[in-house]
Amino acid sequence: MPELEIVLTVNGRAVRWHLEPGETLLEALHAHHLKGTKLICGTGDCCGCGVMLNGNSINACCMLAAQAEDGDLLTVEGLAQNGKLHPIQEAFAQEGAAQCGYCTPGFIMRAYAFLQEHPHPDEAEVRAALAGNICRCTGYVKPVAAVLRAAELMQEQ
Amino acid sequence: MDNEYYEPGGGNIADAGHQYARQIGRTRVVGQKERRVDARPLVTGAPVYAAEYEQPNMLHARILHSPHAHANILHIDTSKANALPGVRAVLTHEDLPRVAHSTAGQPYPETSPYDAYLLDRRVRYVGDWVAFVAADTPAIAEEALSMIAVEYEVLPAVFDPLEAMREGAPQLHDPDTTHPISGQHFGDIYDAAHNLAAHEEIHHGDFAATMREADIVVEGEYRVPFISHAVLEPHVCVAYLDGYDRLIVVSSTQVPYHTRRQLAAVLQLPISRIRVVKPRVGGGFGSKQEMVLEPVAAALALNTRQPVRIEYSRQEEFTAGRFRHPMIIRMRSGVKRDGTLLALSMHSIGNAGAYGTHSFTVTRSTGHKTLCLYRAKAYAFRADAAYTNLPITGAMRGYGAPQGFFALESHIDEIAHRLNMDPLEFRRKNHVQKGDWDPMEMVEEDGVWRSKRQFRSCGLPQCLERGSAAFGWGKPFDRGDGKPFRRGRGMATAMQGSGVASFELGGASIKLNEDGSFNVMTGATDIGQGSDTILAQIAAEALGVDMGKIIMHSVDTDSSVFDYGSYASSTTYISGGGVKVAADRVRKQVLDVAGDLLDCSPEDMSIVDSVIYTPRGPSHLTVADIASETLYGKHRQQIMAKGDFWTDDSPAPFFAQFVEVEVDTETGRVRVTRAVNALDLGKAINPTLASGQVEGAVAMALGYALSEEVKFDEQGRVRNAGFADYKVMSTLDMPEMTTILIEDTEYSGPFGAKSAGEVPTNGMAPAVANAIQDALGVRIRSLPITPEKILQALDEL
Ligand code: FES
Ligand code: FES
Repeated sequence: MPELEIVLTVNGRAVRWHLEPGETLLEALHAHHLKGTKLICGTGDCCGCGVMLNGNSINACCMLAAQAEDGDLLTVEGLAQNGKLHPIQEAFAQEGAAQCGYCTPGFIMRAYAFLQEHPHPDEAEVRAALAGNICRCTGYVKPVAAVLRAAELMQEQ
Repeated sequence: MDNEYYEPGGGNIADAGHQYARQIGRTRVVGQKERRVDARPLVTGAPVYAAEYEQPNMLHARILHSPHAHANILHIDTSKANALPGVRAVLTHEDLPRVAHSTAGQPYPETSPYDAYLLDRRVRYVGDWVAFVAADTPAIAEEALSMIAVEYEVLPAVFDPLEAMREGAPQLHDPDTTHPISGQHFGDIYDAAHNLAAHEEIHHGDFAATMREADIVVEGEYRVPFISHAVLEPHVCVAYLDGYDRLIVVSSTQVPYHTRRQLAAVLQLPISRIRVVKPRVGGGFGSKQEMVLEPVAAALALNTRQPVRIEYSRQEEFTAGRFRHPMIIRMRSGVKRDGTLLALSMHSIGNAGAYGTHSFTVTRSTGHKTLCLYRAKAYAFRADAAYTNLPITGAMRGYGAPQGFFALESHIDEIAHRLNMDPLEFRRKNHVQKGDWDPMEMVEEDGVWRSKRQFRSCGLPQCLERGSAAFGWGKPFDRGDGKPFRRGRGMATAMQGSGVASFELGGASIKLNEDGSFNVMTGATDIGQGSDTILAQIAAEALGVDMGKIIMHSVDTDSSVFDYGSYASSTTYISGGGVKVAADRVRKQVLDVAGDLLDCSPEDMSIVDSVIYTPRGPSHLTVADIASETLYGKHRQQIMAKGDFWTDDSPAPFFAQFVEVEVDTETGRVRVTRAVNALDLGKAINPTLASGQVEGAVAMALGYALSEEVKFDEQGRVRNAGFADYKVMSTLDMPEMTTILIEDTEYSGPFGAKSAGEVPTNGMAPAVANAIQDALGVRIRSLPITPEKILQALDEL
């Protein structure tokens, strides 16, 4: 018997989730077939599970799903609109910033939060903003370039 | 930060006069920064990885790991676990066939000893497998693990390879029980009594006599650590029986075909009953050049007849995954006072961990892939790999070469210092040249020794020239006053192969669709390096169409051509070579039909941007018209062909690494502030992907140089099993980086390409050690170069 039921908004849609006791937000997303947000460390050390909850950037592996009650959740699946990539996604694709891509949703969501606060960042600011995101493939050169490019694309819009 | 130089059509094309040169010189798709074919799913978070694969009624599996470094299992009681509601299966060594095998993803017969069993009566490291559980939920599976009662007889353990080789050390493997499948002569442990998983010697010339000619003899011992791939997508797979009772395994693997064969052996099923499917893979770096979790999920699926999913946790990746061999490497060389290198020797002792997967080939590569970087009259190389009660070391990006190059390139720097020579000058004077034969590849034929491998392309001089110019090598710079910073500069060079000579097969089949698009079904394994994109570019170029006309299919052993998988820098050169053969055949089929329709000889025709050209120029026909003609018209047939490629060769990419470091003499902290990476890859099929390979490899190598090490306590337990304590590089650790791509055309490769994926992993660690010597005047001979090591070295000054 599910112990708990919550309502929240996920990527613009109202949903009702039944939760297992102790279920993390990341586990709940996966249980509801939203798997773009990755489980990489499960301990808050890689930012691979980054999502936006009520406008704040958080790591979904470190938070109980129950705490998202009545919340407004945005995941990587919610960025593209009607099949059109979000400028950050477009920039990551253009710059070749995703190699294996496993870290990419975390980078994109972190960049999403960061660019809202810093629409005209310089490289040092981008590096600092992404300091907690681990990538094993790219050496960070292209992800950093992609965030700078995304800022330009967002200006153009 | 992103500073990238790429000049298409450089290299030796102009002077080659080679028949292939014109084609390589004027490409339309190859050489372009095409967007990755998988960019969209990766940036949108689409469920394309094995981790995201779902089946109805899927069970979740967990593994019980050994708490002891070495023990016999006397008794296992699974009754309590079995009785837990929701538990569907508990398997121990008593339930599984006992089949000696190696998990190394190598072609048959594997060159690794057959020393492993899916589950054994004995455990050989903390983390070794004891039992498997499948249950309705992960939580139930985990609870069941805690209810399995195991009675162990704890045995003495050994962790140090030097101790392990000594007389009287605890012996890990009993040769009587580790015989290969009966009657086979391969799969033997080299010397089980002395815990030697593997041994190799390569000699060329008279080393002792040549050393006597030397003016100066230089010696040194270097140590490289036990490190993790720290791959972001852990090992994960789903296994199930389909309606036809065949076993389907969806896995995050670099070696689908080797895994299929090994699964068949371990589970005693016919190969025809198994299908391995590889979706997108979230990184491999060699950790997935292995059969790891596939037999666990498969055995449980066969037992329960339900789909079974298993995924390693981050903790398990760091305790029971695969790792890079730590090594002790002794160098001894002789030089003339004028800077001529005469004789070069290396002795490496590797720690194989509990099972010898890849041990022979990795330790062999430590010398075999490295010493040939220098010309000398004599070479002596010896490698040993010792079993210890530590987790399993196996394949990792560079495959022994990063270990070997740390020793060799530190040692070469030490020689240059002893001679008072600029290290760049010393290297220029002694490095391998185009046309040289590989001294590590000598074979005896009719009493005559000759080398099997010639370096027909070699862009190392350009790497040194362009790299040193971009870096400003030899120019004055701010060395710091030691309050607290001191700065120094260092460099290193490296090489690698492109595939394993004689041990490769790869390619694709290509099929024309009615709209003029093509399905490319490749056996090559994209693990994030972008091979699907590279192969699509090769196919598009050879077919005369743009990238939008190519549809890539990932490996499915039921439908793709056989391919050895993604390792040893083989995908572009080997699988790409096969794709080009297939595409050339398909183009010929298209032109044969077009020639018939246009009354023109196919040899005189070509395809450009999907339009059929005759000597008079563009015709009114396109590839789509030919497709329509062949599917519905008079020339009815399916235009389709396969192509594959294998070779005795393995052309070498070359690499030069230049770095500037800043050392805080108070804290001992080392920061690399600037790096120039110059790579000769033959041809950059896609410059963005190529520079991405370089940047990622250099970052990984920077972690090897400065921070990464798996640490163990006295019982052999991992002390830093997580990203909090095992430090990989972050954005803040990365230097300002310049990557230079150099194209010294390799005519045996597709459009002149060699490889890019591994060689840039080899230069950073020695370059940093050399720069520290330049900054502080101290030589650090062991990795990682931690603040403690710097402070200790400064104390001893
Ligand atoms: S998976 Fe959540 S921070 Fe790593
Ligand atoms: S792209 Fe593979 S981990 Fe970042």
